[in-house]
Amino acid sequence: MQTFHHILKNHYENRPDEVAIYLQHAGEEDRPITVRQLLSSAVGAQRRLEAEGIQPGEVVLLIFQHGQDLIRTYFGTLLHGAIPSIMPYLTEKLQPERYRRDLAALIEVTQPSAIFTYAEFEPEVRAALKEEDSVRTVMIAEELGEGGEPLFDLNRRQPEDIALLQHSSGTTGLQKGVALSHQAVLNQVRTYADVLHIDPKSDVLVSWLPLYHDMGLIAGFLMPILYGLPLVLMSPFDWVRAPQRLMQAVSQYKGTLVWLPNFAYNFCATKIRPRHMEGLDLSSWRLVTNCSEPMRHDSQQLFLEAFKPYGFRESALGTSYAMAENTFAVTQGGVDTPVRIDSVDRDSLQIDRIARPAVEGQPSIDMVSAGKPIPNTQVKIVDPEGNSLPDRQIGEIALLSDCMLTEYYHRPEATKKAFLDGWYLTGDFGYMLDGEVYISGRKKDLIIVGGKNIYPQDIERIAYTVPGVHPGRAVAFGIFSPKMGTEQVMLVAEVDTDDPDEKQRIANEIRQVVTQDSAVALRHVHLVEDGWIIKTSSGKTARLANRDKFLKETGLTIV
Amino acid sequence: MKSEIIKKLEAYLREEVLQQPEREIKADEALISSGLIDSFSLVDVALFVEDNFDVHIDDTELNADSFDTLNQLADLIIERQDA
Repeated sequence: MQTFHHILKNHYENRPDEVAIYLQHAGEEDRPITVRQLLSSAVGAQRRLEAEGIQPGEVVLLIFQHGQDLIRTYFGTLLHGAIPSIMPYLTEKLQPERYRRDLAALIEVTQPSAIFTYAEFEPEVRAALKEEDSVRTVMIAEELGEGGEPLFDLNRRQPEDIALLQHSSGTTGLQKGVALSHQAVLNQVRTYADVLHIDPKSDVLVSWLPLYHDMGLIAGFLMPILYGLPLVLMSPFDWVRAPQRLMQAVSQYKGTLVWLPNFAYNFCATKIRPRHMEGLDLSSWRLVTNCSEPMRHDSQQLFLEAFKPYGFRESALGTSYAMAENTFAVTQGGVDTPVRIDSVDRDSLQIDRIARPAVEGQPSIDMVSAGKPIPNTQVKIVDPEGNSLPDRQIGEIALLSDCMLTEYYHRPEATKKAFLDGWYLTGDFGYMLDGEVYISGRKKDLIIVGGKNIYPQDIERIAYTVPGVHPGRAVAFGIFSPKMGTEQVMLVAEVDTDDPDEKQRIANEIRQVVTQDSAVALRHVHLVEDGWIIKTSSGKTARLANRDKFLKETGLTIV
Repeated sequence: MKSEIIKKLEAYLREEVLQQPEREIKADEALISSGLIDSFSLVDVALFVEDNFDVHIDDTELNADSFDTLNQLADLIIERQDA
């Protein structure tokens, strides 16, 4: 059994001059980074960790934007044997105070020993530190030097030791750090690459996904590097401002593999104009996998129609159900056979919780298959008591694999709660049919916007800070927008005033604090009179009922 | 001239981007640094400017350093139309 060290040493010895990453920055020339350069550049961080007395197995936080510093400190930390964990960088719309609170909360739970960041961001990081916390040193990327001859210590880590942490995305500082062992990550990479029939000689992976997200970190970063196929890596910030960059990269580098959250299909199809596509050829593209938010058939069709004229093939449409807790992929569809669409009876699905085949003349829903479980992962559908359910019956999705998390880092209670007889309970609902998995919903109130998980309770808590809004008297929920291909966040709040100016002030302020405190843009703020919000018998807010009432009352059609 | 541009931009932003037709946007109100226009909508602003004023805004310019208010965006448009 191996660790990352064995794999990386192997690449270094056998193919040092092959390009590992084509690093892109908008407005700059692409920078090819060979295997030798990648591993040599990591040495600066390795030496520094050694000098600071950071031990293997200790956690190191990396706080960077897309770019060379994130890559070299990531590999430096891994090779040193410490556990890298990426914290998203501060964006312009999030308030610095809020960011500091999130960082401090993360430090408290994860107990990192050290932090790598930029010189200019050091004051921001220090502002979040406390005298008695676990952080012994803040190290500056600019001071790491040029690197040198790569250092591989094959006995530094054991396969079952934790290799890295992935933080599940969310709007609070109470994110769970998913701890993954060397063996779990390597098992995932090997099995998944096999399912995808990856050939390092002909495949090229293109990604704009952020590395603090499992889809970006595993599929869009570690898998290509560990498996040895070229990666074209661009910044999520550059992509969102010019989505055609993805098409340009696929065309230029003959890209074959891409992962996208559902909204990105709509985003690319609606924002990219024919003039952006002049001279581009997408015929090399053999798989684009839809993953990390509910998959929609119409989003994939929209994408297909938009890019077919440039050589994009229908057979390239794929799907996956994935989560950080299984390292990444649980299932994959659309590789050997087209993605199956199961048309089911709507009422039966929603009321009886059975996905019966659609009946002529009755309302139906097209369910998109997430494909078959990858060979090292078993999936079963269980009822609340943990009993397995037959095909077409909706229940909670449970899984068992050799690439599962070791634990939620420093969260023994959360870890214990997540498992039942060794099976990981995902919190997602779905059903099986002919060995394929269909996802129908989720257990907890969760809004997913563009692949980012948002807890409505967090949005409500932020709204309560606005004068005129009272605790317990606001409700947030998501409504799917077919045009955007993702959910939009709505908030209803009870207020005591009828004055239109005052109401406008409150609405504006709610939008502002929610954006600054959570980086979530509210699509609608609906102010209502006292007593509007429906509560359950136990006094809790009934989110779904309030959502239905909101839609009925506003007559709003979400496009 | 400039006020015409601002009026057109404002109408577009409130109706299409913010989807709040009654929301007034002041000419010196921060748009990007405040998070009023979220990053997913910046590309729409660039396309709107290109389609309506025949001025190209590069995606590397879609940040608060290039323009953050209606005033600044209108100045940028006029400057490029004259060039």
